[in-house]
Amino acid sequence: MNLIFSHRRISGLLAVVPANERSFVEDMANFNSPPARSLKLKQVMGYDKHRVVDGPVCASDLACFGLEHLFASGTVARDGCDALIVVTQSPDYLMPPTSSVIQGRLGLKHDMFCLDINQGCAGFLIGLFEAFALLEQPAVRKVALVNVDVMSRKTSPRDRNSYPLVGDAASIAIVERSDDGTPIHANLKMDGTRREALMIPAGGLRLPCSPETAEMEDDGENNFRAKDNLRMDGSAVFNFVQVEVPPMIRDLLQTAKAAMEDVDFFLFHQPNRFMLHKLADQMNIPYERMPSNIVELYGNSSGVTIPMAIVHNLRERLLTGSIRACLAGFGVGLTWSSMLIRLGPLDFCELIDYK
Amino acid sequence: MQTIEHILKDIRPEFDFTASENFVDDGMLDSYDIVTLVSELDKSYGISISGLDIVPENFRNIASIQRLLQKYGKP
Repeated sequence: MNLIFSHRRISGLLAVVPANERSFVEDMANFNSPPARSLKLKQVMGYDKHRVVDGPVCASDLACFGLEHLFASGTVARDGCDALIVVTQSPDYLMPPTSSVIQGRLGLKHDMFCLDINQGCAGFLIGLFEAFALLEQPAVRKVALVNVDVMSRKTSPRDRNSYPLVGDAASIAIVERSDDGTPIHANLKMDGTRREALMIPAGGLRLPCSPETAEMEDDGENNFRAKDNLRMDGSAVFNFVQVEVPPMIRDLLQTAKAAMEDVDFFLFHQPNRFMLHKLADQMNIPYERMPSNIVELYGNSSGVTIPMAIVHNLRERLLTGSIRACLAGFGVGLTWSSMLIRLGPLDFCELIDYK
Repeated sequence: MQTIEHILKDIRPEFDFTASENFVDDGMLDSYDIVTLVSELDKSYGISISGLDIVPENFRNIASIQRLLQKYGKP
């Protein structure tokens, strides 16, 4: 479906990454694969370093750390947000919502809309849609959109398919009304029939965690993971992205009556460098206009990779100027979504370490 | 330019690729080996194999890889 918004802006972005950094070379010792073969994979996929939590750190820990940083720096007032949207696939609890946990821990006001969304790699866009919609209400003047995941805790270190790429992180985007009436075009598609391409089979009520679901199994490609762990069908996900994303971007630009050349940056979710380069090649987008360096530096942190790509690559530019950006997220659900939006100037644009 | 056989041998030296008609079913190439193979073919032949062509059927055996390369104007 096509979506359209106006008079909305992202006024600031903060990314939070754990200080704990692991390298692909360290991870290799856990894989049931010869080192030379793993090193080839590292080179092709762009795996190098990734940030993962050290110990039982939860989604709300990263989010509260980031929000406290914004309160302490005076960038955002503690009672300044009227809604808190938390997009995560790794909540602190099945219930209550992680947004309620964060609200309570930070002592935020009661006159507030707290909402959790269970989404992943398209979660930054889904969260923006919800934030834009909430701002229709006169009582909602400012929304804190938190994307956060600690998926390393649900990923088997012996799974070469997932562990080397996974990264933990949070982002906080402050979303507000704007005087700029330029349309923000977006689109969204979902296909639940392909839901098993990315899933954690156990841990919900359909298959509760048990000693049996914790047993490691070989997937036939020498990857060992339990039903308690993240399971990704790499081939199916790769094919999904290559088939669905280019036409989605073409549709978006056509609806917005914009050409590829009108877009300064294509800021896409970053599963790995190979997949992004193949997308860029399909759409004739120069690599320098589609950053692909987040996985090699921080890991794939689901819905956080788009704000992380913005903060890491465009910080200086967005503190003083603006760009026309095409955002795209694709992943769990399966879900795929894109948006053409002007970004900047931002009140803040920062990346901090969680310690 | 490396031959297809050389590239395959470099990725999985333990297998004889001329003896198989289905590398995937015979457990000689997994999904990540296919990604490595595509990257090596791109470099070696100066092409960019479309993401739409990166499906197991195109990497079943040496003949299917040759057919794929022919699509990109390579012998």
